[in-house]
Parts: sequence; C-alpha cells; structure tokens
Amino acid sequence: MTTASIRPRAWPALSGALASTIGFWLLAALAGAAVLAAFLLVSNEYFFFAGYVVLQYVVLATAWNILGGYTGYVNFGVGAFFASGAYSTVVLSKLSQLPLPVMILCAGVVSGVIGLGMGYLTLRLRGVFFAIATLALAIVLQTLIVNWDYVGGSRGVYVIRPEQAPLLGSYVQYLFLLMLILAVAAVAIARTIERSRLGLGFAAIRDDEPAAEAGGVPTLRLKLIATVLSGALMGMAGAPLPYYVTYLDPDSSFSLAYAVNSVAMPLIGGTTSWAGPIIGAVLLGTVQQLATVTISSALNLMIVGLLLIAFVIIAPNGIVGLVTAWRRRRSG
Amino acid sequence: MAISFDLAINALVAGLLLGGFYAAVTVGVTIAFGMLDIVNIAHPAFIMLGSYLAYLGARDLGLDPILGGILAMPAFFLLGMAVYQIYYFCFERRGEEAMQGLAFFFGLLFVAEVGLILAFGVDYRFVEAPYIGPSLKFGIFELPLRMLVPFLCSLAMVALLQLYLSRSFIGRAILAVSQDRDALRLMAVDPIRIKRIAFGIAIATAALAGAFLIIIQPVQPSVGRDYLGRVFAICVLGGMTSFPGMVAGAMLIGIVESLTATFYGPSWAPAVAFGFLLLALAVRPSGILGR
Repeated sequence: MTTASIRPRAWPALSGALASTIGFWLLAALAGAAVLAAFLLVSNEYFFFAGYVVLQYVVLATAWNILGGYTGYVNFGVGAFFASGAYSTVVLSKLSQLPLPVMILCAGVVSGVIGLGMGYLTLRLRGVFFAIATLALAIVLQTLIVNWDYVGGSRGVYVIRPEQAPLLGSYVQYLFLLMLILAVAAVAIARTIERSRLGLGFAAIRDDEPAAEAGGVPTLRLKLIATVLSGALMGMAGAPLPYYVTYLDPDSSFSLAYAVNSVAMPLIGGTTSWAGPIIGAVLLGTVQQLATVTISSALNLMIVGLLLIAFVIIAPNGIVGLVTAWRRRRSG
Repeated sequence: MAISFDLAINALVAGLLLGGFYAAVTVGVTIAFGMLDIVNIAHPAFIMLGSYLAYLGARDLGLDPILGGILAMPAFFLLGMAVYQIYYFCFERRGEEAMQGLAFFFGLLFVAEVGLILAFGVDYRFVEAPYIGPSLKFGIFELPLRMLVPFLCSLAMVALLQLYLSRSFIGRAILAVSQDRDALRLMAVDPIRIKRIAFGIAIATAALAGAFLIIIQPVQPSVGRDYLGRVFAICVLGGMTSFPGMVAGAMLIGIVESLTATFYGPSWAPAVAFGFLLLALAVRPSGILGR
C-alpha cells in the first residue's frame, strides 16, 4: 500500500506482479503439500530417506543457480558451504538443546558469513579466479575440520538422532518435512529475485559486467548479495545432514560429489530460470537414488559427470532452453 | 636447539626439492591458463592419468617410470590437441567459455577421477625404481634420491620448454598468441592451430609430471585433487605467464608446506597452498614477480 501511495502510476503493474507472486506462493505451498501427502500415502520409510536427498539437491541446485545462473559466477566450493552448515549443527548440538529449525537458521548465518568473506576477497577479480578460489576454500575448510578435534577431526563424529520427532511421524519424516520447506523457500526466493530489480542487476552482470558497472549497477554489492544468499542456502541445506546420516566425517561431507551435482543439475535443467534447477535436481537426484540401489555409487557419479559434459556441449541452455527453442520453432 | 636446526635445514631442503616437482606439475597450467587463457581445472586429472600410465608401464613392461612418462608424452600431446579442439568448437568459438567451458573441465576432472577409481580401485599404487629409497648425505643435509631425481628432471623440463618458447618459431607464436591473438592473424599465423599445439604441450607435460608424482609418493585417484589449488596458487603467485616466476612460486609453496608439515604436522600442509592462493588473489593478483 505504501508503495502505491508513493508511486501511484506504478500501481497497476505492481498489482499484476503482486498477484502473480501471491499465486506462485500459493502454488508452491500446494505443490509442497501435495509432495508431502503423496509420501505420507506411501508411508514407506525408505521413500522419505530417498526423497530427502532429492529435496536437498533441489535446495543446493537452486542456491548454486542464484550465483552461478543469474550472475554467471561459478562456485565449485558447494561442499564447503554445505559442510560448514552441517558442522555448525554438530557444534550447536554439542553446546545447546536448540530446536533443529533454529540450528538451520544459524547454519545459514555461518555459511552466509563465509560467503561474504570469500566474495569480498575474490569477487573484484575476473570470474575464473572466483571459481578457482572456491575450489581452494573447500580444501582449506576441510583441513580446518580435520584438525579440529572438538567436532571429531578426521575420525568423524556421531550425532544421536532424537527418539521423538517434534511433530507427528518419525524423525526422518520430520527431516523430510524441514527439507521440503527449505526447498519451497529456496525456489520462491530464486523466483522472487528473478523478477525483481535485483535479478535485473544480476542479469546485467552476467551479460556484460563492465557495461553494467558503467551503467551504474553496483556490481560488487550485487555479487556479494548473490554469494551470501547462495552460500546461506547451501549451509541451510547441509544443516540437517548430521541428523540424517547420524555419523559425519570430513571426507563424505566435503565430497566433490555435492559440487558436481550442484553444478550439473542447474546446467542440465537450464540456468536462466528457477524451474531449471528443479528439473535438473529432480531428474538427476531421482536417477541417482535409483542407480545407487541398483548399480554401484561410483558408476552413478560417472553418469552425472558424463551427463554434465554432454549437456554443456550439446545443450548449453539445458532442458529449459531446449523446450523454449522447440516452442519458438512451433510458433514461428 | 641443534636438532631442531638440523630439522629446519632439512625441511627447507625438502621443500626446495618438492618445489621443483611442483614446477613440473604447474608448467602445464601456466601454459594453458596463463598463456592461452584456458581454465583447465582438469589438469590434475591428466597428471593422475600420467601417474597410472607410468605405474602400468612399470608393472607390466618393467619400464622405468620416468622413461614411461616420456614415452607417454606424444599420446598426451595428441589427447591435449583433441581436448582443445572440442573446447574450441563447443565453447571458445561460441563465447561460452566462462561458465560452460569451466563446467566442461570440471566434468572432465570428475569423470577421469571416477574412471580411475572404477579401473584401479582406491588402493594406493606405487612403483619401484633404483633411485627410490637411497639418499645422498652431505654433512647434516640429507637428499633423498626419490625427491632429487624428479627435482632435476622437472627443472630440466621447464628449462627446455623455456628454450623452446623463446627460440623456436611455434614457441614464439605461442607467446604471441598469449599477448595478442588478432595481431598473430595479421602475421598469417592461425591462432587456433598455435593454441592447439600449445595446449597439447601443456597436457604432454602432465604425463611426465604424473610419473614424477608416483615416484615421490604412492598415488590413488583422488590424490590429484590436492594439486588443484596448489597448481593455481603457484600459477597466480608466479605471475601467470612467466616460467621463472612460476619456479619461484613453486619453491615458495614447497618450502612453506614442508616447514608446516615438519613443525605443525602433515595434516595442516594442504591448507598452506590454498591459504597462499586466497592471499595472493586478495592482495597481489599480479604475482610475486609481477609489477
């Protein structure tokens, strides 16, 4: 209402955008509820285990895409942000009795701050240096964790999953529900950014950074916002992990597999729209869940790597790009 | 005090030797990333391939690992040219190298690592050679031949490359392509062909560097990842394009890593190079010898 009174002429356009946003949130909430209902109907604990991983990848892929897809800065250090979220939960669970949702928010703050520091050091340079520095960040953080005995060092740490879930159902179902909320929130944030001034600024950076800078876009500030948001979401995706796996060690939590998946999923789905990472994550995540039970886990990572290479060569705009091109060809 | 002085001196010498080896590992990145502007983050994966080829040569044919590495170089040269051709057609020509190109190399890195795991498992592999084991002693200095031989061979390889780049026609063209691609075209030289050859050379060095690696330490497929940050740290520290700068950067990282491992424990060593990289990027992106 206040916006309308300041800029009366913008009101009709704004109301359209507002209606579409409200509609999207309703749709997102409905989609979330539908997924939950479907899983409750099946009521097989394994599906919650598998679904949790797929949803975790929806969050990671969407978070990666906020920086990678919208501004064009490639982050290979997904494992670092993800694991710092997981380890902040480990520390908090040793120090306190906080409820898990609060721990998730704290994890978001921790990895957001890491993103800020990292971005401040490297985002003034060319994009490739940022990419290389993120690779380095993962190793630095892993070395710190390996040498930090309080969180188990290289031996790893056991986290006891509470017997009772705070809501109905088992604890795994509770974790699933939290990850579902995170996934919906991440996608909603991504979509909101895409349609805001912020998203416009991000796109300007992606297309031509010197021109954006010359045009008065505060590029460094926008890049920092993207890095912090993206890092915070990755950390939040990692926060429930200790309770999911109950045994956390540096090698598996910093695994390069998280980075490969989080890069591959948006690139396969399509990086320019919020739908791309979801498509990529659901597709690749589900295939991997099926492949892990049927064939070896090494082979299934091989498939992800090969798909990534194939897609960047053949379809650089991902599945969303393929669909748009196909539609355009049909209409014109 | 006397013991810790001996320890420090020997750690320093070990670091110097390690630095020489790091120069061999980095030279391919200096060519590809520094001169050609191709962000080949898959370079460590090619080094691992080189290590395993040297291992196979030693196990099945009884070849000396360094000889095996040299014999593998032509094949790696062709492989490098092929990879560049794909990279050029799919990314560089379309102007998509920033994101898709990076993702391509990232995918290669990952596929190579998983491929090696599928083929060889995650057990550590090592080679036998007469110079693995004994060391030379000069007073308090102790030079393990296992380190000294790769050190000398590395420096020889870098020196030969430097000679090639500064003396031969193609070498000078490679230096020229790194400075001004369009000017090269005006001289009736095809920059794409020059870049293809240069990238082939960069990958060929990985074959030999891989052989050095398996002489220095037992390897398993994910060892390559430790070199990822190290090579880029050295390349940036060295000022991206200069070989002398790169050797200096490699020695610096080698010495600091060796001192860290000796006095704080080996588990801290991996963070050193990455710390340097972050520091260099933040404070001095033009490198230690840069202007």
